[in-house]
Amino acid sequence: MAGTIQNQDKFLNKIASRLGRERISSPVERPDWKYRPQDEVLKNASQDELVDVLKKQCANIHTDFYETEKKDLPEVLEQIVSSYGGGPVITWKDDRYAQWGLESLFKKEWPKNNIEVREWDFENGEESIIKAESANAAITISEITLAESGTTVLFSDKDKGRMVSFLPATYIALVPKSSLVPRITQAAQKMREMQQETGRVPSCINFITGPSNSADIELNLVVGVHGPIKASYILINDL
Amino acid sequence: MAMKIGSNEFNERVGQGIDDAFMRGAVSGAQDSMGVRRSNAAEELGNWEDWRSHGEEIRQHVLEHLDYYLEQLSKNVAELGGHVFFAETKEEANEYIRGIAQKKQAKKIVKAKSMVTEEIGLNAVLEEEGCKVIETDLGEYILQVDDHDPPSHIVVPALHKNKEQIRDVFKEKLGYKKTSKPEELALHAREMLREEYMTADIGITGCNFAVAESGSISLVTNEGNADLVTALPKTQITVMGMERIVPTFEEMEVLVSLLTRSAVGQKLTSYISVLTGPREAQDADGPEEFHLVIVDNGRSDILGGEFQSILQCIRCAACINVCPVYRHIGGHSYGSIYSGPIGAVLSPLLGGYDEYKELPYASTLCGACTEVCPVKIPLHDLLHKHREVIVEKEGKAPISEKLLMKSFGIGAASPMLYKFGTKFAPTALNPYTNGESISKGPGPMKAWTDIREFPAPNKERFRDWFKNRKKEENAHGRDDSESR
Ligand code: SF4
Repeated sequence: MAGTIQNQDKFLNKIASRLGRERISSPVERPDWKYRPQDEVLKNASQDELVDVLKKQCANIHTDFYETEKKDLPEVLEQIVSSYGGGPVITWKDDRYAQWGLESLFKKEWPKNNIEVREWDFENGEESIIKAESANAAITISEITLAESGTTVLFSDKDKGRMVSFLPATYIALVPKSSLVPRITQAAQKMREMQQETGRVPSCINFITGPSNSADIELNLVVGVHGPIKASYILINDL
Repeated sequence: MAMKIGSNEFNERVGQGIDDAFMRGAVSGAQDSMGVRRSNAAEELGNWEDWRSHGEEIRQHVLEHLDYYLEQLSKNVAELGGHVFFAETKEEANEYIRGIAQKKQAKKIVKAKSMVTEEIGLNAVLEEEGCKVIETDLGEYILQVDDHDPPSHIVVPALHKNKEQIRDVFKEKLGYKKTSKPEELALHAREMLREEYMTADIGITGCNFAVAESGSISLVTNEGNADLVTALPKTQITVMGMERIVPTFEEMEVLVSLLTRSAVGQKLTSYISVLTGPREAQDADGPEEFHLVIVDNGRSDILGGEFQSILQCIRCAACINVCPVYRHIGGHSYGSIYSGPIGAVLSPLLGGYDEYKELPYASTLCGACTEVCPVKIPLHDLLHKHREVIVEKEGKAPISEKLLMKSFGIGAASPMLYKFGTKFAPTALNPYTNGESISKGPGPMKAWTDIREFPAPNKERFRDWFKNRKKEENAHGRDDSESR
């Protein structure tokens, strides 16, 4: 359903007249910018070098960094969740968890140990939000990972609710090594390609860099304000 | 609260600012730590000047083609199912938003920090409508709980309050029982606000940068409050100043990078959310209805004139964090939600010379602001231009610089203020230098040198000065505040 636009012409005509010209009616070409410093950052860095940069940056952003092979992922994840005090855990509805060998942990081991595993279910939206709100840990997957800033990028869709990453007390991101890029520049380029190929991007793209924090009280850093209080990234080497 | 804060005359506000010892300690501490973080974050890149030039060329291009990009943005937002309202005045913007609140029979509205909604005085309008309006940014929440105390900094709004004051406010208004530890205070706010997000009818946000090509808006926070504000209520209203737009995601990322490094010295803040339209079919969270309100409120009058470059501003506060006058008088003295150099240039343009004619004089014209601005706005030139306009209009300066400097408490013992006003001074002043002190200075310093003799600016450039400032201030015993 298309939306509405009100008061546009008068408003834009005034802008054009202040700029001393007619309204622009033909497409403006994106300029060839004179400066492009963003391309120089970590230029030609290998995937292993990017891992090093990410690892170091995690220390700056109060985020624990783990590295593992796919086969050991369940064990690492289990340790992190118990160090966070256990469940309930909330996940997206996403086949990749099973492909990465987590099915048995989610469906058998954790429930057996009284760690409840909840899955986002868009058909029961309200309930999913409430389940996320009372969850202790969120397990998400980073679609693009920015080495320079230590950022995980999440794309929302019906099976990947926005609130999975925000409401629980702690945040865990699974990071395939192949998702690493130098910086936000490459993510922006991918988003643009996606927009041009499919006509739109997901309604919510989140760039998440460590836990929620604030320095609003006497500039003291407080970690964990509205969103998660702790964060961990698990880099999966063979993905 | 609208753009204007307080009803006192400029002189009185400045006096109050200078008398508030905690505020002044907080401001100088904040300037030091944020200033150092910014300059580290900039230097780390190695080619910061290229970044600034790129930021500048993007912002200039956008302003020159603003009608085109706004049209592209609104077309894309509408195609996604969002509603766009162009508001020429603050009244138009407020009425439109009031209308939505009525239609939704909204009782509770949560907000994520937005300067433009402060500028148009939106909260008061919604409260008049019977809505409970809750600011969710921790700093703004504190101010709101304290009977709408005005903000004193555009990035750290409650900078002028110490933790004991905050504890007392929480105690009195929220039944808080714990200590003044920031962690405990923040946790209490978290608990109070969680409840509000879950039950709010409408979420209102500002907009750091809208993206014309995709119809997206981006929000930059550390707390994550903007995400909760936009994901939980059924209706989202985003209010943007009309100039806060970029062509594509590729320019967005450059400006976001400049913003986070300049504002808080971070490579990126904890949360950057790019929101495109209302929720998609079948999504269980995100707004069902999305409204974008694009506000002019005096901005178009700035376009095409000699102050156009101020619209390049990305509200990072870097200029505030280095300003020696802000350091001395604090944010409230400016009488506007926009303080510091950006406020001294912007407030007279948006709020009129009658109200703000003193502000362009609240500057040493030292150029420190211009030097740090990530989008290369020539702030001190614009302040100078303001003075020319004012003198031409009024036939004289509205306030003698002598009096002004006196009211800043800069009369007798404040050599620090001049030590770094030296971007051009080391050469320009040389002819006037008489050993260690200057007796007659050119230009802006002239009126001041009438008051007293100043130590000669040394050759140290601002950047070096900034690094050494801590050391020097200790050596000088911070006498600029104590020995008035
Ligand atoms: S004028 Fe420049 S330095 Fe000041 S807030 Fe705006 S962008 Fe930042």
